[in-house]
Amino acid sequence: MGILQIVIVLAVLVALVKPVGNYVYHVFSNEPNRQDRIFGPFERLIYFLIGLKSRAGMTWKKYALSFLLTNIVLVAVGYVILRVQQYLPLNPNGIGNMEQTLSFNTIISFITNTNLQDYSGETGLSYFSQMVVIMMMMFTSAATGFSVAIAFVRGITSKGETIGNFFEDFVKAHTRIFLPASVLVTLLLVALQVPQTLDPTLTVTTLEGAVQSIAIGPVAALESIKHIGTNGGGFFGVNSAHPFENPSPLTNVIEILSMWALPASLPYVYGRFAKNRKQGWVIFSAMMTLFLLFLSLIHFSELRGNPAINAMGIDASQGSMEGKEVRFGIPQSTLFTAVTTAATTGTVNNMHDTLTPLGGLGALGEMMLNVVFGGKGVGLINMLMYAILGVFLCGLMVGRTPEFLGRKIEPREMKLIAVAILAHPFLILVPTAIAFMTDLGRGAITNPGAHGISQVLYQYVSSAANNGSGFEGLADNTPFWNISTGLVMLFGRYIFMIAMLAVAGSLVRKQWVPETVGTFRTDNKLFYGILIGTVLIIGALTFLPAIVLGPIAEHLKLG
Amino acid sequence: MSANRKTMLSSAIISRAVKDSFIKLNPVSMMKNPVMFVVEVGTVVVLMMTLFPGYFQTQDQIGFNLTVFFILLFTVLFANFAEALAEGRGKAQADSLKNSKKEINANKVVGGVIKIVPSTELRKGDIVSVSQGEMIPGDGEVIEGLASVDESAITGESAPVIKEAGGDFSSVTGGTRVVSDKITVRITSDPGESFIDRMISLVEGAKRQKTPNELALNTLLTSLTIIFLIVVVTLGPIAGYLNIELQIPVLIALLVCLIPTTIGGLLSAIGIAGMDRVTQFNVLAMSGKAVEAAGDINTMILDKTGTITYGNRMASEFVPVGGEALQTVGEWAAISSVRDETPEGRSVLELMKKQSLAYDGSVATGAEFIEFKAETRMSGVDLQDGRKVRKGAVDAVKKWVTAQGGNIPADLDASSDSIAREGGTPLAVAMDNRIYGLIYLKDTVKPGMRDRFDQLRQMGIKTIMCTGDNPLTAATIAREAGVDDFVAESKPEDKIALIRREQAEGKLVAMTGDGTNDAPALAQADVGLAMNSGTIAAKEAANMVDLDSDPSKIIEVVSIGKQLLMTRGALTTFSIANDIAKYFAIIPAMFILAIPEMSALNVMGLGSPLSAILSALIFNAIIIPLLIPLAMKGVAYKPMSASKLLGRNIVIYGLGGVIVPFIGIKLIDLVVHLWV
Repeated sequence: MGILQIVIVLAVLVALVKPVGNYVYHVFSNEPNRQDRIFGPFERLIYFLIGLKSRAGMTWKKYALSFLLTNIVLVAVGYVILRVQQYLPLNPNGIGNMEQTLSFNTIISFITNTNLQDYSGETGLSYFSQMVVIMMMMFTSAATGFSVAIAFVRGITSKGETIGNFFEDFVKAHTRIFLPASVLVTLLLVALQVPQTLDPTLTVTTLEGAVQSIAIGPVAALESIKHIGTNGGGFFGVNSAHPFENPSPLTNVIEILSMWALPASLPYVYGRFAKNRKQGWVIFSAMMTLFLLFLSLIHFSELRGNPAINAMGIDASQGSMEGKEVRFGIPQSTLFTAVTTAATTGTVNNMHDTLTPLGGLGALGEMMLNVVFGGKGVGLINMLMYAILGVFLCGLMVGRTPEFLGRKIEPREMKLIAVAILAHPFLILVPTAIAFMTDLGRGAITNPGAHGISQVLYQYVSSAANNGSGFEGLADNTPFWNISTGLVMLFGRYIFMIAMLAVAGSLVRKQWVPETVGTFRTDNKLFYGILIGTVLIIGALTFLPAIVLGPIAEHLKLG
Repeated sequence: MSANRKTMLSSAIISRAVKDSFIKLNPVSMMKNPVMFVVEVGTVVVLMMTLFPGYFQTQDQIGFNLTVFFILLFTVLFANFAEALAEGRGKAQADSLKNSKKEINANKVVGGVIKIVPSTELRKGDIVSVSQGEMIPGDGEVIEGLASVDESAITGESAPVIKEAGGDFSSVTGGTRVVSDKITVRITSDPGESFIDRMISLVEGAKRQKTPNELALNTLLTSLTIIFLIVVVTLGPIAGYLNIELQIPVLIALLVCLIPTTIGGLLSAIGIAGMDRVTQFNVLAMSGKAVEAAGDINTMILDKTGTITYGNRMASEFVPVGGEALQTVGEWAAISSVRDETPEGRSVLELMKKQSLAYDGSVATGAEFIEFKAETRMSGVDLQDGRKVRKGAVDAVKKWVTAQGGNIPADLDASSDSIAREGGTPLAVAMDNRIYGLIYLKDTVKPGMRDRFDQLRQMGIKTIMCTGDNPLTAATIAREAGVDDFVAESKPEDKIALIRREQAEGKLVAMTGDGTNDAPALAQADVGLAMNSGTIAAKEAANMVDLDSDPSKIIEVVSIGKQLLMTRGALTTFSIANDIAKYFAIIPAMFILAIPEMSALNVMGLGSPLSAILSALIFNAIIIPLLIPLAMKGVAYKPMSASKLLGRNIVIYGLGGVIVPFIGIKLIDLVVHLWV
C-alpha cells in the first residue's frame, strides 16, 4: 500500500507536467493568447500604476540589475517592518520587535526563497509581519526566481540581444501563476480544515481542565504560497508537521503537488522554448531518475528503521517512526521529504534530524546537487548548466568544438559557469569547516560524533541551495548562525543567478551553428546518460568526503 | 607524404625531452598550467616535511613522506615529459630547417650591375639574379626567366618544379635551389619574416597560442582544481570534529589524485601533437586555431579542376566528322599519339583499348615525333612514307589542313562546338589535308573522390564544387563525383559571396586555392588552404599552406582537426571519470583507523591504508606516460555520425575511465602491499 501511495502521486505529477508546462509557456512566450483576455486588463493597470511604459526586451545586464534592485527594495521594506512590528497593526498577540541578526537572517532567508527559519512563527512574528513580509516575499522571491529562469531559457533558445523584460515577467508570474494558483490551493486547504483567520491565539480549557493556548492565524493562505512558491517557511515552528498546516494525508498530497508541479513542468517549458520538446523531456527524465534514486534511498532506509533500535526488540514493522507523524506514516513522510529537498522548498512534515542516516543522506544529496527539479526555476537553470558542462566535456569527443543548442561553448561561458560551480561547494564546505573550527559554531551542535557533522552540513547545504529546511536540532538562533547562514543564502542565490544570466546573455548573441549529422545531439538517450553522469561526477563527488564523515559514518556505525 | 617531414621519435628527441622535463620544473613556467602547478606545490610541501621532520613533527613518517614526494615529483615530470616530447619533433624539424637557412651570398642587381651581398642584407623590393646550382637567397617573385627549382628543403618533394615570371607559378621560396636555367627575382620579405622563418617558428611551437577551446577547457580544469582544493582543505577541520587527525601528505595525496592531472598533464602535448600531425602531413598550419576550426567545418568549397578532377585532358570519345568511320578516327588519333607521352596522348591509347578499337602501331615505326608547341598548338608524327598526322586545337588543325589545300568537313564546327558547350575540349585529328574527326577530351574525376565525399557527408560536411564550366558540364561532374552542390560559371567573386552566404548561416567554411584572385576568398574562409605552388598573395591570405600542393588534402586536414578535438575530449572524460575509483581507494584509507566500519567502503579490498593511498597516487602518476602515445597519435577516428562516434567514445573513455583505475589501483596495491 505504501508504495502505491507514492506511485499515484508520481503519476498525477507526470500527468500535470504537460498542461502546466503549456500554460506557463504561454504566460512567458509573449505571443498573444487566450490568457491575455483574462489577465490583460489587470496587468495593464499594474503596468500603468508602476509606470512601466515600455516593455521592450532587456539585455542580461539590465535584466540582472532590474531584478537585483527590485529585491533590494523588498529587503529594505521587509527589514524595517520586522524591526518595528511591535508598533504596527494586526498584532493581536503583542509580539515584540525582532532582534537585528535574526531580522537579517529572516529577511535574507525569505528574499532568497530559502525560508530557513531561525525564529518560530507563533512567537516571533505578528500577523502583519506574516502577511506583509513573509507572504509578500514568498510571492516575490518565487516570481523573481521564475522570471530569471525564463530569461535564462530565452537566452539559450533565442537569438538577438535581449532576454525579455524583467518587470513584465515579474508581474505576469504573479498575476497569471502564483496568485491564481494560491487562491485555488488556499480554498482547497480551507475546505480541508486548515484555519484562515485573523483572530488571536485561542485560549481553551481542555477536557482535563488545564488551560491551553492554541495558535491560529491566516494559515491556509501562507500554506498555499509556501508550497507553490517552493518557499517552505511554515506559519508554525514545526511547519507542515503541524495539524493546522497539514491536517490530513489529502492535504499532504496537495502540498506535495503544489510545490512540485511548477518545477517539474519547467523542463517542458524549456523544451517548448527550444522548439524541441525532446530537449525538455531529456532534462525532465534526468531529473526524475535522480529523484527516484534519492526517494528510494530515503524510503527504504526509513522503512528498514534503525538497526540499533530494532535490535532492542522494539517493533520495527512500521519503519523508523521517530519524528514522523502517525497520520502520514512512512510513505507520505518520505515522499514529502524527497520532494521538499528536491524542489528546494524546505517545508517539512517530519523531523529531518531523526531520519535514519541514509534517509538524511538522501535529503542532503538532493540539496547538494540542487538539480533534481529544484525550486522556482533555479533547478532548471542548474540542470541546464550541467547540460552545458556535459556538452563541453563529452562534446569534444565527436570532434567538434562543443556546442549547445547550436551555440558554441567558449571561454567566456566556461568562466561564468566556473564561478557558478565553484560557488556552491565553497559556500557549503568553507562555512562548515569554520563552524567546526570555532566555539561559536561547535556550541550549537546538539549531537556528538558523525550526526553532529550531518547537522552542520545540512544547515549550510540547505542555505546554499536556498532550500530552507532544517535538520533542526541545531541551536541556530545565535548571531554566528544567523549571519553565516544569511550570507550563504545571499551568495548562494545571487552569485549563481547573475553568473547564469550572464551565460544566457552571452549565448543569446552568438551565431547559431546549423545542426548536421556531425552535431552532438542533446535530445536523445545518450545525452540523458551523459547528463546524469556529469551531475553525479562533478556535482556529487565534491561532497563525498564530507558525506562519508557525516551520514555514511553514522550509518556504518549503526551496523 | 615526404620522408624528411616524418622525423621519427629518435633517441635524441627522447633524451632532449627528458632533460627538458626537468627544466620545465621552473615554477614560473609551471604556473601556466594550474593543475600541474598545484601538484608541484604539493611536492615541495612534502619535500619540506621529509627534509625537516623535526619542525613538522613527522619523524615517524619519513619513509612514507619520501615515497609520496617521489611519486608526486614523477607525476610532474611525466607531465613535463609529455609536453617536451610533443615539442621535440617540432624542434628537430626546426633544426633541419635552420640548416637550410645558412647565410649565403646573393647576386643583387643594382642599376644593372650585379653586386655580391650576404642574403641577410636583402630587403623587400631588392632584385637578385639566381643561376643554375645557386640557392635562392630569399622569398620572392620571379620577374624574369624560367627555371626549374628544387624545393625539397621545404616540401620534401625531390622532383623540381618549374617557376616562371608572371602567372600563378612565379613565387619562389628562400633556401630552395635553382637546378636549371636562370631567373631574376624580386625579394618580397625582409630578413626574419621569410617563409622558412615562419615555418621554423611554427614547427618549433615557439609562438604557440592556446586556442579558444583549450582556454575554455583550462578554465574548467582550473575550477575543478579549486573545487577539490576546497574539498581537501575543509576536510581537515570537519574530520577534526570526529577527532580524526589527517596528515598533510595524505591530504596532498588525496588532492593530487582528485584534480584532473591526467588531462592537465597531457593537454598541451595533445595540442602540439595535433599541429605536428598536420605538419607531418606536409601541411603548414599558421595556428592551432586553424586546425581546430578544420574540425568544425560545415561546408567545403572545392575547385573542380585540380581538386576533384585531373583537368580537361582525358580522351573520352572519338567523334567522326565528314562521314568518316569511327575506326578511322581512332586509328589516326592513336597513330598521332603513339609517341606522345603527355597525359592526353596516353589517354587516347587507353580509350582505344577501352573501346576495343584496333590500330596498326607499326605504321609509325621510324616516324618523327612532332612535339606540342605553343605556336603550333598541335602535335603528331611525320611518317616515314611522308604522310603527316596531326592532332590539336581545332582552329590550328583547320588552318594546317587548309594550307595543304584540304577541305573542312561541314559538320566539324557543329561537333566541336557541342563538345565545348558540354565543357569538354575538342581536338581535331587530321592526316595531310583531311580532317577525320575529333577527340573529345573530358574532365575525369579523380579516383576515390566519391568515397571521400561520402565520408564527408557522414561527418556532416556539405561539399560545394566551384567551376567555370557551364551548368550542364558542372552538373555532370558533380553527379559523377558525388558532391552535394555546385556553382557553375563561377567567377572568383562568386566564391567569396558563397563563403559569406554560408557563414551567415553560422557555418564554418573551408576552401583551397592557389591563384592571386583566390586570396580574398582564402582570407574570408574559416579554413583556407593555399597551395605552396601558388602565389604569395594566396599563401599569405590562407591559414594553411599545403607544401605538396594537393588541394584534395583539405579533406584529411578536417579529419586531423576532428581527431585533435576528440583526443582532448576523450582524455578529459577519462581523467575525470578516474576520480570515482580514486575516492574509493583513498577515502576509506584516511578514516579507517578512527572508524573501523569504513572498511565497508574499501570495495577494492586494498591491503592497507598506506598502500591504498600510495597505489592510487602511483596509478595517478603512471597513467600519464601510459597515455602519452595516445595523446601524440590521437584517438582512432573513422568518419561516422556524431551519435555513433559519441556512443563509441563514451564507452571507451567514459566507462573505461570509471573501470580502468579500479583494476589498475588494485594491481598496483598487490605489489605495493608487499612493503606497506
